[in-house]
Amino acid sequence: MAAPTLARGKSAQRPIRPKRRELPFPLNLYQTAVGKKWVMAVTGLMLLGFVVFHALGNLKLYLGAVEHNGEAVWDIDLYGEFLRELLVPLFPRTYFLWLLRFGLMGAFALHIHSAFTLTRMNQSSNSRYQSKRDWLAANFASRSMRVTGVIVSLYIVFHLADLTWGLSAISPDWERGEIYNNLILSLGRWWVALIYIGANIALCIHIFHGAWSMFQSLGLNNPRWNSLRRSVAAGLAGAILLMNLSFPIAILAGVVEAGEPEVSLESNE
Amino acid sequence: MSTTLNLTLQVWRQDGPDAAGRFETYQANNIPDDASFLEMLDVVNEDLIENGKVPIEFPHDCREGICGTCGVMINGRAHGQEKGTATCQLHMRKFNDGDTIAIEPWRAAAFPVVRDLVVDRSPMDAIIQAGGYITAPTGTGGDANDTPIPKEAADSAMDAAACIGCGACVAACPNSAAQLFTSAKVWHLNSLPQGQPERYKRAEAMVETMEQFFGSCTNHGECSEACPKEISLDFIAYMNRDYIKSKRFNRKLAGQG
Ligand code: HEM
Ligand code: SF4
Ligand code: FES
Repeated sequence: MAAPTLARGKSAQRPIRPKRRELPFPLNLYQTAVGKKWVMAVTGLMLLGFVVFHALGNLKLYLGAVEHNGEAVWDIDLYGEFLRELLVPLFPRTYFLWLLRFGLMGAFALHIHSAFTLTRMNQSSNSRYQSKRDWLAANFASRSMRVTGVIVSLYIVFHLADLTWGLSAISPDWERGEIYNNLILSLGRWWVALIYIGANIALCIHIFHGAWSMFQSLGLNNPRWNSLRRSVAAGLAGAILLMNLSFPIAILAGVVEAGEPEVSLESNE
Repeated sequence: MSTTLNLTLQVWRQDGPDAAGRFETYQANNIPDDASFLEMLDVVNEDLIENGKVPIEFPHDCREGICGTCGVMINGRAHGQEKGTATCQLHMRKFNDGDTIAIEPWRAAAFPVVRDLVVDRSPMDAIIQAGGYITAPTGTGGDANDTPIPKEAADSAMDAAACIGCGACVAACPNSAAQLFTSAKVWHLNSLPQGQPERYKRAEAMVETMEQFFGSCTNHGECSEACPKEISLDFIAYMNRDYIKSKRFNRKLAGQG
């Protein structure tokens, strides 16, 4: 690099963080901020895929009871079993589900690690204004990514303890495999519903900015459809919020109720 | 007939890079409303000099929006409230009589204050030095239109080349990221045939130099709003794309692909 044209002391091109020794490809991507943002976008997309399918799957709550092998079962319980038996002739039972779970956990870990390290990088690059800033483009969602992200991750731990592990301290009535009843009994408690609603609003806000930001981070930019990127992000965030909020509301309103599944023969009348 | 304004200024004064700074309040009286923002500061400085005080140091040169030297934070906005103008192109008619105006230097860890409103922006030079060049044969110039350039590429390069390197994008960014500046400089050359030989080396070198000084982009979009040349966020996406590709292409070029 050429010698600096001006040497005024302090900065004069002295890096805040000198370049580190480069790791072999593709690890070197994760050594730079632009690469980390790419990883954050890819892992964000994986998490987004999970969130969408999770919400769609949960809509089975509204299908109520169905007949299965001559027995009445809750449709969503069947769906849980279907997930455990994904690709069963190819993989033993639950193996593929665990593969997906490990993928998600890896994505989650990378997403959080990159968020954390980039936040630290930004803090060390910044120097605060003493007068009041006037924001023009930054919105509530973009400025609260770290807060909404932390709320979502805390919530995920609670959600797993409540409905997946069935920790007795949180959900004393939990029973393995009883997805329908567990869900309704848990969300039927006002404080669980409140946590659930709050966390899903945070998730919606996170996705509103994240799903837009993702396009830029991945370099997905084409004048033909750039104008759609904001709407896609807003639409996704909104659709996910609507689906997810419908569950506690339907449960609290008594639209769906816990109990034994029954398929009445009169149901066709 | 031009009207005049009486204003209260709160100006950041700092005696040197290591001195503690502070806001000082000044009255700017009888400012003609067709004066530019910098001319308003000139009037205040004349007054300070006449009273035996040290004038306010502020960055300026061309005073017509082309050199990129000027630039201060005006009421919390880089280059003030007008869109698509540099500080030197901001006119006092955009203010009201009796207004209070807060004036602060650009702030970023890589932009230390030299004095008052002047900051050291030389890390931006480091980014240019890392890749802001092309390999061109020396000797007599070629004929015009020797190299055919698609109209779209020429337009895109021209839009990127409009960047005057003022640093408002960094100043406006909550992360002090220099993505808008760097991507404009990368894309200015990467979109043109003349820039192709160094395309991926350029993307790699300029991004990695940028990251030694500046923060990481979180796509707030404050930079483009503050930019006196209204450089588009699209260039940031193009730079990201070329950077990710560069890691693969540069290996191939080195015979390891
Ligand atoms: C521990 C939880 C989480 C934290 C701390 C977190 C944090 C962040 C941060 C700081 C960003 C960068 C924002 C920006 O570019 O301005 C981000 C982006 C993103 N997040 Fe999360 N997030 C979390 C969980 C999630 C989850 C569960 C999803 C799934 C829906 C998600 C989806 C995204 C997406 C799609 C992006 C955009 C990626 C990009 O712009 O490169 N995040 N996240
Ligand atoms: S991109 Fe705009 S704001 Fe940034 S340095 Fe160039 S002209 Fe200034
Ligand atoms: S003084 Fe040259 S751009 Fe303002």
